[in-house]
Amino acid sequence: MTSLRIEAHPVLEFEKKKKVRFFFEGKEFEGFEGEPIAAALHAAGVKMLRRSPHKNRARGFFCAIGRCSSCIMEVDGEINTMTCITPLKEGMQVKMQKGHGEIKP
Amino acid sequence: MSRNTEVFVIGGGPAGLSAAIVAAELGAQTLLVDDSAKLGGQLIKQTHRFFGSSNRDAGIRGISIADKLCEDVKNLKDRLCVLENTAAVGFYSNNEAGILSQNAYERVSYQRAIVCTGATENSLAFENNDLPGVYGAGGVQTLMNVHGIRPGQKILMIGSGNIGLIVSYQLIQAGVDVVGLVEGLPTIGGYLVHASKIRRLGVPIYTSHTILSALGETQVEGATLCQVDDRFRPIPNTEFDVECDCICLAVGLTPLIDLFQQAKCRMVHIGELGGLVPLHDSSMKTTNPEIFVAGDASGIEEATTAILGGRIAGARAYESLYGSNDKVEQIVAEAKEELKTLRSGSTGERIRWGRERVLQEVGAC
Ligand SMILES: Cc1cc2nc3c(=O)[nH]c(=O)nc-3n(C[C@H](O)[C@H](O)[C@H](O)COP(=O)(O)OP(=O)(O)OC[C@H]3O[C@@H](n4cnc5c(N)ncnc54)[C@H](O)[C@@H]3O)c2cc1C
Ligand code: FES
Repeated sequence: MTSLRIEAHPVLEFEKKKKVRFFFEGKEFEGFEGEPIAAALHAAGVKMLRRSPHKNRARGFFCAIGRCSSCIMEVDGEINTMTCITPLKEGMQVKMQKGHGEIKP
Repeated sequence: MSRNTEVFVIGGGPAGLSAAIVAAELGAQTLLVDDSAKLGGQLIKQTHRFFGSSNRDAGIRGISIADKLCEDVKNLKDRLCVLENTAAVGFYSNNEAGILSQNAYERVSYQRAIVCTGATENSLAFENNDLPGVYGAGGVQTLMNVHGIRPGQKILMIGSGNIGLIVSYQLIQAGVDVVGLVEGLPTIGGYLVHASKIRRLGVPIYTSHTILSALGETQVEGATLCQVDDRFRPIPNTEFDVECDCICLAVGLTPLIDLFQQAKCRMVHIGELGGLVPLHDSSMKTTNPEIFVAGDASGIEEATTAILGGRIAGARAYESLYGSNDKVEQIVAEAKEELKTLRSGSTGERIRWGRERVLQEVGAC
């Protein structure tokens, strides 16, 4: 399978950003600093970001601009983080939240 | 904390940028907020050369139009303050609004507000439409043209309006295999120039077809399509499957209007304009005399008309504070003339109808 990252484009040029490591469900992944977490996961082949609280259905991102809440995950302990607009940082711990997630004291 | 401004513009797409530029150029202290990280609204995702009026940006790529407007904004920085990553979240009764940026909440006291929030995408009902891999056309464009990541390897496009056609072409440019374009109507919705480009590239176009379901457990692995009759009812025994790893919905837009409703602007439903829109007169003023509207929020149209509507709203908002002058009248007259040309001809017919209905409703109230 070819990579989902666009290397050459007839019109656009994409700025090369710094590579960072982050963790998804405890497993190490690579992405680029500052890109949305959901974009980094998508490029790494992760499409399911959580399961719906009532019917346990798989959920991915949908709008990609912070409108629909389909992409919410637990990021560094904080639940309901919209990963489609939250910039990726080195060492981030990203998890699928269970049900509605749990607010930590 | 709170801020004061004479003109408060919400939304930094072509409409909001143009409104803010004109209001500030004329001399009003102006604040512009946009909830995304980069100004330009829909334009920052548009890599194609634009259709529209030739003296206003036709033939130029959407991204370049955005760059040009942002340059104008920068040159006005003495009078025009811009806050990115900042959403307007509500209006209060005493000409105050709330804005939220990165966990900080502030109040804005304004004299006139111009609301240019654009539109939201419509969804479509079919089995498994919630599977990861079913994306809106806006989401696909953001991922691909802003972040440089393909939505998948093989994509199925639903909807053959201009957005469906243009995004299909953009996907091909980005190296994605477009496995088909599905349209419920017997004919293609968008401009033929866009359609023939797609067809030449070998994308199968399924008119009079619909999607029945997305296939897959945790992500899209395919889709079941079928033919429909002239009342959009599926025709039995015409079902077939296509293989794909994502499905893109380009089935129309609806004006984003919650802020107007909250500010008690009178709303009217006009199908030709995409649904509920705030009633507004030819100066883009809503029934709340302190609030103006421009762009897709006033009816789904195009970037070129959004720019012109924004210019009128900016000039009229300034005028309502300081009175008219030659410059105001010139800006408005030029914009109106250009709008008339843009909306002439058969492609502008629906919009003309919709626009006339808005003005009739205003006259009646
Ligand atoms: C694929 C595609 C192709 C197109 N091709 C063309 C073309 O060739 N020619 C043409 O003329 N037009 C084209 N258009 C249409 C054009 O892009 C839109 O009509 C135009 O962008 C509308 O401008 P706008 O300013 O009203 O809204 P938008 O561009 O949608 O901008 C609205 C902005 O407001 C922000 N916002 C919304 N709510 C809030 C809030 N509460 N607080 C703060 N900010 C907020 C949004 O984040 C956004 O940045 C195309 C559109 C698409 C999707
Ligand atoms: S995908 Fe819609 S909010 Fe993130």
